[in-house]
Amino acid sequence: MSTPADNAPAAHSAGAEESRPSLAALLLDPSFWADWASVVGLVGLVIVFGIAQPVFLSVANLQALLLAAAILVVLSIGQTFVIATSGIDLSLAAAVMLGAIILGLVNAAGYGIFIACVLAVLATSAVGFLNGLIITAGKIPDFVVTLGTLSGITGLGLILSGGEPTMVGSTFLLRLASGSFGPFGYPVWVAIAAVIVAHIALYHTRFGVHLLATGGQAESAGALGIRTDRVKIAAYTVSGFCAGIAAILLVARIGSAEPQINTSLLLNSVAAVVLGGVSLFGGRASILGPAIGALMLTALVNGLTLLNVSAFYQPLAVGAIVVLAALIMRYQK
Amino acid sequence: MSAPHHIPATEAIIACEGLSKHFGGIRAFTDVAFQARRGEVTAVIGDNGAGKSTLIRSLVGVHQPDAGNLFFDGRARPFANPDEARKAGIETVHQNLALIDELTVAQNLFLNREIVRRIGPFAFLDRKAMKREARSMLSRLSINVPSINQRVRRLSGGQRQAISICRAVGSGAKLVVMDEPTAALGVQETANVEALIRRLREQSVSVILVSHNFDQVRRLSDQIWVMRAGKMAATVRASETSGNELVALVTGAA
Repeated sequence: MSTPADNAPAAHSAGAEESRPSLAALLLDPSFWADWASVVGLVGLVIVFGIAQPVFLSVANLQALLLAAAILVVLSIGQTFVIATSGIDLSLAAAVMLGAIILGLVNAAGYGIFIACVLAVLATSAVGFLNGLIITAGKIPDFVVTLGTLSGITGLGLILSGGEPTMVGSTFLLRLASGSFGPFGYPVWVAIAAVIVAHIALYHTRFGVHLLATGGQAESAGALGIRTDRVKIAAYTVSGFCAGIAAILLVARIGSAEPQINTSLLLNSVAAVVLGGVSLFGGRASILGPAIGALMLTALVNGLTLLNVSAFYQPLAVGAIVVLAALIMRYQK
Repeated sequence: MSAPHHIPATEAIIACEGLSKHFGGIRAFTDVAFQARRGEVTAVIGDNGAGKSTLIRSLVGVHQPDAGNLFFDGRARPFANPDEARKAGIETVHQNLALIDELTVAQNLFLNREIVRRIGPFAFLDRKAMKREARSMLSRLSINVPSINQRVRRLSGGQRQAISICRAVGSGAKLVVMDEPTAALGVQETANVEALIRRLREQSVSVILVSHNFDQVRRLSDQIWVMRAGKMAATVRASETSGNELVALVTGAA
């Protein structure tokens, strides 16, 4: 039988040697590549496009690239919170459309742009909240519910707008879209702020830990008293909130509220999250990864455009990269 | 067969009398009196279906007993759910429902009781304090893990069980309940977990241990309660019994 000495529970267990793996070991570990896929991909793209088309690296182009990436970065953050709970928000791009339409209609009704923006964000947050509520209370798979709300709010958007775009002539939004502070345009700052807030929420609050616990093993988390349903609902509400911010940026960018869904926004938000090393099975997430993933996808489109590659090839390239990233992720396990 | 002898209420951390639980027409256990002394390891043994797991779950709020009284820490305390029991100071070490694979050892040890620093209306995790505390919790119980920053996924079954136990004890629980803590473990890992339980005993932590393994309960516990066919059949001091006697009590041959 065991004696205490057998198990020699090592007095040094609490010691300081929490060694970090060596660089070489790190580079051989497939999970390193999966975690850093977006960074590696971004650096690779910058090098390739920089050599093939020097204009790519011009300050003006890089600024335009960041500006174009801002909306996707914000959406990817929302999607990250949902995917971290092992869910998926397919209604994200539709929520952006709904937010934009509400923004346009409220503004057109003469209520002022701030109220319009606030109502847009409230509406998309409510969509997220509803998603979470139906998923947890009804115990229905995430993709079914969000597919349903995708269709539902698309219809709602069409009904509200009558299928017609609404012009939004607001000096506030115009300044938001075209103004800049320091090296970056305001939308880029909005995205940076979103990244910082989300990063703090994920890594430095109880909500973040509970979110990952819920995504990792919901049953265990529940057994420890974590209210996993509330955590999920909160994650979807965050996603909806991000859709509202994205809607404001989108309306500011194009100057009108279109009753049209930009499906590539949805697919790219999921793609950015996958590229960012977030596990689709939940429990593992970062904010910087998906943000860089969003940058990488935008850089890909931007570079291909500069190289005069037809826009028809861009979805193909995005798809190939996402599947490649997913393949690398597979070796993580 | 010895009748359950009564321990003064001040010595019992948890006690019940006349406790019964039925599921529809099926009796899980009937008229059970049971006590666990403060600072002791109290074992509950019995055959499959004897009602020991249901009894334990009825003590910690998972099931609601149909009849009988439950006392915890000197007060009448029926628990409506496991959360209430946990708040009162009973931590249960679940067999499989324990740890979050993707979180680190330190994060798991402080899951849902994270240490936070308040800045205005916001509360931020105090990760340094949690890591420091985690190290001292582990070293107090001499639990050896490669790093508190390691994801639990990479730990062995025994290490995971040790972390779960450490979390239960570290929460300042007055009573730690373990349901078959070594059922899924190999020989060496079982030895490690047993050594850990022995250290808990040395530190006067009150433990209830449910087990199939008669040798194990004789090695680890102070008092042994035997259930048979939904009744509390006997209770004996571990030091005054033999493996044969336990087998006889469990099977009803005595």
